[in-house]
Amino acid sequence: MRTRRKQRIGAKIGVIAGLVVGALFAGLPVLWMLSTSFKANGEVFQTPPRLITKGFSFNAYQHILSDASQLRFFLNSYIVALSVTALTLLVAILASYGFSRFNFPLKRSINAVIVSVQAVPPITLVIPYFGLVVALHLYNTYPGLILTHMVFTLPYAIIMTTAYFNTLPRELDESVKVDGAGGWTALWRILVPISVPGLIAVGVYTFMISWNEYLFALTLTRTDDMRTVPIGIQLLMGQHSYEWNQMMAMSILGSIPVLVLFLIFQRRFIGGLTAGAVKA
Amino acid sequence: MEFTRVNRTTAPEAVAPATETVPPSRRGRRPFTVRRLAPYGYLSPTALLIIVLMVIPIVMVASYSFKDNAIVEENPVFTGLANYTKVLTDSTFLVALKNTFIFISLSTVAHLILGLVFAMLLNTPLLSGVTKAIFRIVYILPWLFTIAVIAVIWRLLLDPAGVVNYILTVVGLAQHGVNWLSSPNTALWALTFINIWCGYPFFMISILAGLQGIPNDLYEAASVDGANAFQRFRNVTIPQLAPVLISMAVLDLIWTSQQFALIWMTTGGGPLNVTEMLSTYTYKQAFSDYEFSTASASAVIVLLLTMILAFFYVRRLQRER
Repeated sequence: MRTRRKQRIGAKIGVIAGLVVGALFAGLPVLWMLSTSFKANGEVFQTPPRLITKGFSFNAYQHILSDASQLRFFLNSYIVALSVTALTLLVAILASYGFSRFNFPLKRSINAVIVSVQAVPPITLVIPYFGLVVALHLYNTYPGLILTHMVFTLPYAIIMTTAYFNTLPRELDESVKVDGAGGWTALWRILVPISVPGLIAVGVYTFMISWNEYLFALTLTRTDDMRTVPIGIQLLMGQHSYEWNQMMAMSILGSIPVLVLFLIFQRRFIGGLTAGAVKA
Repeated sequence: MEFTRVNRTTAPEAVAPATETVPPSRRGRRPFTVRRLAPYGYLSPTALLIIVLMVIPIVMVASYSFKDNAIVEENPVFTGLANYTKVLTDSTFLVALKNTFIFISLSTVAHLILGLVFAMLLNTPLLSGVTKAIFRIVYILPWLFTIAVIAVIWRLLLDPAGVVNYILTVVGLAQHGVNWLSSPNTALWALTFINIWCGYPFFMISILAGLQGIPNDLYEAASVDGANAFQRFRNVTIPQLAPVLISMAVLDLIWTSQQFALIWMTTGGGPLNVTEMLSTYTYKQAFSDYEFSTASASAVIVLLLTMILAFFYVRRLQRER
């Protein structure tokens, strides 16, 4: 009995030690970014390195937040990411209803196309997109970015939403149809309201993809007033390449929307994500 | 499926899981053609977007790749396979191909191992749910930052005067600061390490969900048969997780091969092309050199390579269903 208990304690210590090592690997770089954002720029590379220095201040944040050109990056990112989320959800809900509640020829093939769209390399698309967006006069505009971001967000959203709709019994929407209403009413009055938890997961993921997108934002916009946060961070790297504290402050401010969304919807988000990725 | 259909007609109040078949009694309530066309109506916005954002662009890039001076000139001349010969005999392209192969295979293997180890640690029955939840958030952190932020963090950490070099010199592993991202000997490995750091959480989340789906009876049965922890891992955990692991590995190969932002913002493909990848090569051809035709040929090659991987992925998914 006693050796078993000892074994158990030994195993527990082993697991905790493993978890702590892993947490340091994952967390220390993030902690260092946070700490650097509060330093004076001269202290960034001081030896020995310290987490909290004498020059601890919020100056770097103040500097970013009082600079209109930096705030513009945030505004652009919000406009693009929120529009992409709304449009993606709308189109994905319609498509998922079709997939989940109807049987039709070509269903398997269309589904296979949607799954494979996820695999098409953005670098392959960015060349014709450049040509298309210029030809359609959408170069350096919000619609150009919103439209092209949807190529990444839509397939995943459709797969996740279809998986969610499939878990809901068909009797639910049939019950409205008995009253003479059509599929359209059943979808918006019954299915969508019940699916809010699943749709939140889809929305959060969509927002994250769009907020983080880099390649299209880099090639399809030209002027600083149209740039999004990821490009803004990169521009900061070029302009004053040694303002490390400001770069870290900007990075943290740019990460807050995604971090907050993730923390709030963590459970639903992970559930929805794995349902989509693994079972598709 | 047959069972639920029978069940539904005999006991309509029983809630059956949604299936793809419509009970015969419901059919014919609306005109036949409307029912038949309805799904296409719901799918039409998606179809339109896929045509505009996927089909037309792929046709465009393919046609650019057979022409000279695409995009730059109004009426480019048809040149056959000239652009492909040019790309495939370009030594930089071949280096990029080799680097991409090293980068994606190392990243995927490391993501798989780290994801599995961390997921198993987080799945331990020895710790309370709250402790595990806190660790889980810390473990997911690297995945929540946009690539621009990841690039900035690691440029700071890996700077010659940065904290990584400080620790290495204090421990005695290095004499002086190494310029990890600018030295031809280290840049590719440093870049791969960063990619491993920011990519494993997605694996971890999926594997964790997979682990939680393994029925406990299997482990108990194995214990009764006298299997130790390692044998249980080998004979229960791994076979049960295999479908998830294989799907994730294929997905990761595809995604990692598409990595552009991280490379562009840390090394830009340099120094001396040691971190040049297919994505950065293609980008430079198009948007630095304005050689849209060769860039298109390279882009089509990248697409074909990806499609081979994607083919296996889609076939796996459809077989599992």
